[in-house]
Amino acid sequence: MSNVPENLRYTESHEWIDNENNQAIRIGITDHAQAQLGDLVFVELPNPGDEFDQGDACAVVESVKAASDIYAPLAGEVVAINEDLEGSPELVNSDPYGAGWLFAIKPADPADVDDLLDAETYAQQQED
Amino acid sequence: MAQTTPLHAAHVAAGARMVDFGGWDMPINYGSQIEEHHAVRQDAGMFDVSHMTIVDLRGDGARAFLSRLLANDVAKLQTPGKALYSCMLREDGGVIDDLITYFLAEDFFRLVVNASTRDKDLDWIRRQAGAFALSVAERPELAMIAVQGPRATEKAARLLDTDTSQQALSLKPFNAISDGDWFIARTGYTGEDGFEIALPADVAEAAWNTLAAAGVRPCGLGARDTLRLEAGMNLYGQDMDETVTPLESGLAWTVALDDDRAFIGRQALERQKVEGVPRRLAGLVLEDRGVLRHDQPVHTAAGEGVVTSGTFSPTLQRAIALARLPTGDAGEVTVEIRGRQLAARVVRPPFARNGAVCDGVL
Repeated sequence: MSNVPENLRYTESHEWIDNENNQAIRIGITDHAQAQLGDLVFVELPNPGDEFDQGDACAVVESVKAASDIYAPLAGEVVAINEDLEGSPELVNSDPYGAGWLFAIKPADPADVDDLLDAETYAQQQED
Repeated sequence: MAQTTPLHAAHVAAGARMVDFGGWDMPINYGSQIEEHHAVRQDAGMFDVSHMTIVDLRGDGARAFLSRLLANDVAKLQTPGKALYSCMLREDGGVIDDLITYFLAEDFFRLVVNASTRDKDLDWIRRQAGAFALSVAERPELAMIAVQGPRATEKAARLLDTDTSQQALSLKPFNAISDGDWFIARTGYTGEDGFEIALPADVAEAAWNTLAAAGVRPCGLGARDTLRLEAGMNLYGQDMDETVTPLESGLAWTVALDDDRAFIGRQALERQKVEGVPRRLAGLVLEDRGVLRHDQPVHTAAGEGVVTSGTFSPTLQRAIALARLPTGDAGEVTVEIRGRQLAARVVRPPFARNGAVCDGVL
């Protein structure tokens, strides 16, 4: 069973969202997603300052197997990226909710977070 | 309903991630594909290749038949146990499949063909065999395990009795021995030393468990693909198919034209040689960061090409590929990845074998 931390929000496309600092909301992919993808070998991140609408393809994670788009869970501006992933993309596998975060955005409307899935709903979706 | 091999339950019990592969439910990895890859380059790994098709040809006409069927020359097989890699071709030179032929006795040859092409291969073989004195028999009751890596043969030897293991360990590359229904060949698809072992299906799981206890790591089709690509070995259906000839697929070395055999496809290949082979299969190493993938467009000074197999190479820590390029000086090469042109270098495969990066690749 994959790990789904209680304190995060989720999307149906397997991104997680950490709302602890609503000026720089961290985004990554879930434990379930990294396990499905297999060993990650390359992560293509947006540039700080890029702006996205909700649902825009904004990053790419590539495993040995395949490339997968990452979709912006919220509209907003990229304010930070995880530069460690350039040299160590495997951090997404080993620590998907910690050192394997992808990027952080400043949301256009912080209230949009409330529309995302909570942990229980996301976990339920995995079981269906 | 997907087909399963005699080792299916062992894969599931080991926590393998299973995928459909040409109608077979097969393990893609048992956790980390990259760790499995390194295990084969550095120590020993094993693959369930029971989905591959073993076809036995028996009869006095077997050698004459193979002389017609194969683009490589079966006359190279003079010592029992010797193996030959070859393509079988259509009349127009297109590749129907690549296969290994083992010479077991003058009236007994064994073929191992790809699982994904089983039906059309058997159909073609039976159709062409009509005029020759031989029988064609598939051997679905045999399982097959490939044990590969620098320590593979010593670990696999404990499956065998003393006498057989001594014979197996003294096999030269591309040679095989039989022991009843067991068949041990010093062949593989990884660029490492090792055995491919055919054995009765009902003892396959016990053999698999013995190998695991000896420290041989179970490896899935994912690692099999990155290992064969590093070793510069073609995958049928990706790097060649019925629309290209072996001369366009880096397989000219498997085509024997310096004899007078009337093999199927010979005229087409000779014509292509006279007219000029328009395309070639080359190796690419990506200079920029990213991952090369099947079907990405390649831009060269000689025209447009395409990636036929691409991956991230765990040994090189770079993206590598086989690509079909127009013949001629490629000049500066770029690969189009998600709309961007990334620089790549043309190299001569293989990329890595025997635990190390090959000379001139990096």
